[in-house]
Amino acid sequence: MKGHLLSAGDLSRDDAELILTTAEEMRSLADRPIKKLPALRGRTVVNLFFEDSTRTRMSFEAAAKRLSADVINFSAKGSSVSKGESLKDTAMTLEAMGADAVVVRHWASGAAYNLAHAGWSRSTVVNAGDGTHEHPTQALLDAFTMVRHLGPLDGRRVAIVGDVLHSRVARSNALLLQTLGAEVTLVAPPTLLPYGVETWGVETGYDIDAVLPKADVVMMLRVQRERMTDSYFPSTREYSRRYGLDARRMGALQDHTIVMHPGPMVRGMEITADVADSDRSVIVEQVTNGVAVRMAVLYLLLGGSEPALGGAENVQSGTDGTGTTTEETNA
Amino acid sequence: MPPTQESDVQPEGRTVLDARDIDRALTRISHEILERNKGSHDLVLLGIPSRGVHLAQRIAARIAEVEGTGIPVGALDITMYRDDLRLRPARTLSPTDIPAAGIDDKIVVLVDDVLYSGRTIRAALDAMNDIGRPQAVRLAVLVDRGHRDLPIRADFVGKNLPTSTSEKVAVRLSEYDGSDSVTIL
Amino acid sequence: MTTYLIKGASILGGEPTDLLIADGVIKSIGSQASTGLDRRSSPVETIDAAGLIALPGLVDLHTHLREPGREDAETVETGTQAAALGGFTAVHAMANTDPVADTAGVVEQVWRLGREAGYADVFPVGAVTVGLAGERLAELGAMADSAARVRVFSDDGKCVADPVLMRRALEYVKAFDGVIAQHAQEPRLTEDAQMNEGELSGRLGLRGWPAVAEEAIIARDCLLAQHVKSRLHVCHVSTAGSVEIVRWAKARAEAEGGWTVTAEVCPHHLLLTDELAATYDPIYKVNPPLRTATDVEAVRQGLADGVLDIVATDHAPHPHEDKDCEWQAAAFGMLGLETALSIVQATMVDAGLLDWAGVAERMSYAPARIGRLDNHGRPIAEGEPANIVLYDAAATRVIEASAMSSLSRNTPYAGRELPGQVVATFLRGKATVLDGKLA
Repeated sequence: MKGHLLSAGDLSRDDAELILTTAEEMRSLADRPIKKLPALRGRTVVNLFFEDSTRTRMSFEAAAKRLSADVINFSAKGSSVSKGESLKDTAMTLEAMGADAVVVRHWASGAAYNLAHAGWSRSTVVNAGDGTHEHPTQALLDAFTMVRHLGPLDGRRVAIVGDVLHSRVARSNALLLQTLGAEVTLVAPPTLLPYGVETWGVETGYDIDAVLPKADVVMMLRVQRERMTDSYFPSTREYSRRYGLDARRMGALQDHTIVMHPGPMVRGMEITADVADSDRSVIVEQVTNGVAVRMAVLYLLLGGSEPALGGAENVQSGTDGTGTTTEETNA
Repeated sequence: MPPTQESDVQPEGRTVLDARDIDRALTRISHEILERNKGSHDLVLLGIPSRGVHLAQRIAARIAEVEGTGIPVGALDITMYRDDLRLRPARTLSPTDIPAAGIDDKIVVLVDDVLYSGRTIRAALDAMNDIGRPQAVRLAVLVDRGHRDLPIRADFVGKNLPTSTSEKVAVRLSEYDGSDSVTIL
Repeated sequence: MTTYLIKGASILGGEPTDLLIADGVIKSIGSQASTGLDRRSSPVETIDAAGLIALPGLVDLHTHLREPGREDAETVETGTQAAALGGFTAVHAMANTDPVADTAGVVEQVWRLGREAGYADVFPVGAVTVGLAGERLAELGAMADSAARVRVFSDDGKCVADPVLMRRALEYVKAFDGVIAQHAQEPRLTEDAQMNEGELSGRLGLRGWPAVAEEAIIARDCLLAQHVKSRLHVCHVSTAGSVEIVRWAKARAEAEGGWTVTAEVCPHHLLLTDELAATYDPIYKVNPPLRTATDVEAVRQGLADGVLDIVATDHAPHPHEDKDCEWQAAAFGMLGLETALSIVQATMVDAGLLDWAGVAERMSYAPARIGRLDNHGRPIAEGEPANIVLYDAAATRVIEASAMSSLSRNTPYAGRELPGQVVATFLRGKATVLDGKLA
């Protein structure tokens, strides 16, 4: 999937590791007096949001601006019920404005694919969440956070707990974490596991207490209250009793185990306040890391004449690999 | 990023500096830095990745031997400041590692392997601008091969090497390439 | 009226022979076709049909002509032109127009438009419920008694989900030998459904349309038809489970007598699978959705066995903007008339599952019987109405969306190479298609 980031499943292990090591460099920028790099000067990044998500938009905006890109925010109102502005017309408008990259959040699964492949625009597309499909940069920032705390993820056990059915975060994480060698267990009431999940290559379980003691990472997913009215579970009380992460369950975790949440949290539903605010919680750090990872993605997709993702031959620029000197290739 | 080539393959071409030559050149550069600076106070060495970092560390070690005290040494990646960033696929970043004390009011010696067009050094000066304000910036290079595109010169040179623009200068360092040599290809 | 002498056509794939068509009927077949010719009375056009197969004019029980209401997608004229190019001489126009074909007035309008266009006979399907709302019966009797003589009733696009309403409809149409063609889709199980529920829907994050939502309704309706001794037709069967349920119901109906279940399969369900949804290209969005390879295998076998009586196109034209968008925002449906026979050849005939006589049965005789059409679906025999298709099964063509005769372009086969080409179509002796083009 050269030139775009649409699915975590499109990333090879080399791609994923390149993003994570690049993000490590980007993160060190936070400690410098001037938190800005010139790499995307003159590039235009459009945040195209068909669905409200202030935190994701701000994260991408910060990432693009720290790389000196010009940022245009475009919020298109509309839902699956009232279609509002069409994605195609918007895409063609952005194309005419000379957008180099479009960061798209959309209520429709596959919208980022359509944007990249329907011939509406030539911009680089970054999927910032499409329907209940994927959210690859969230998975990357989650993996980045895990690596910072646990080192390489090979053989690490990650439990993802909650509304897997409606979660693009769970889908992207399941794909990326497997690529990085982790063992993933999805835990949810059977109603909130997708049909066919047994083909995903991950473990699944209905019993959170059986999974927690072995987990190195526990990722709690948001559970919207309206799922209750759709009979996915009988009551919020029963949900939090059976699947919520509270202090008692936190006591069953190994000492090194970290607790994550993609946000926004529904405190008291899937996670209690004392767990969310505990030392194990890396939830705030996930936000910081989100900017670094998105900088890495934007840099690798837009920083050069062509993207560095999706083809190993692009990763080495020749300088270091050919025995010639840096100075010569810069001449 | 480790080099992709086999590290123990002998480079082709004409060897102009062997391991001992490089060793002597670095020792001389170390002494010149100390002499110019009248000691090691306020010195910070910043190597430009990849090989410049190893050279900076070697020079720092020699200075430590002479002075009996270590000096801060770091790495300054210039990738995103390159003026040809857009001409090639996006490049892998190398670590930037600024010593804890920073570079404000320090004497920063940039260290690189080859000085050629001067564009890398221009990028390094830009990169440093975003990190702090040194008292002064000096430049140490193992090889100066001429053909400058920019008004930049080195303060400390291991060897001046007249080349034609069609030639390539290959610097190999044991930390990176398995052995030390400078060859003209 | 032109007299046509068709030379060397192979009727249902049999030995080459000649046919003489005059005055709207098949005058003679065989060696006497050319000798009995009276060249003075009317112009005669001779058609070299060597290598071509002659089939009875195809009958589609399931077509969306969109007129009235969505003339930007298709009109009766353009839709029947597409039908003729596909070898059809009769199409049943579904009721989900705007206004809905739920009164004698609307069905007569559609019927009349079909007669005026002249490319294929149009038999309107009447809505089962007023406005397709699923709340109360439309005036089924009035539509049956109208000039359009409606016999097939369907809320297609929507399921008659209310079991009481379905029972009443099945009972009521017995008075005029009608049939209820059910769009079997349990609505609660398919709310906002986007594609087949399976391994892929979970991965793609598209809401699933489970097989059980189709099968549960089919099972219920078969039992209702049995209970009230009526005629049920199951639209667009798409799953292996549905085939089994229909097989079971037919066995019971045959044993008991007095009630019947018939079923149709669409060409796209014979060929395409849900894997295509992975492209998120809404050209593959259809209702019922494309299913798995196992289901495709089952519906092919069901069609071969006769458990599925007919092939019906579910030709569903949509304007470009309704398909050039996000999958979830896109309309359901795909074109079918101009490619149906080729798909059946590719999936059934070339696969050895059906011979050309079988094709005639599934695409002409049986749909005409279900629709109670007198003058369509007749064998190619002397004295019969001259509704005939000449088909070149040896030809191949690469489908181009822009080359479709339909007003819309939403064919899922664009870029595919398909076998076969309709060379000529005759409607009551009048050529609607000659040399593969509208006559």
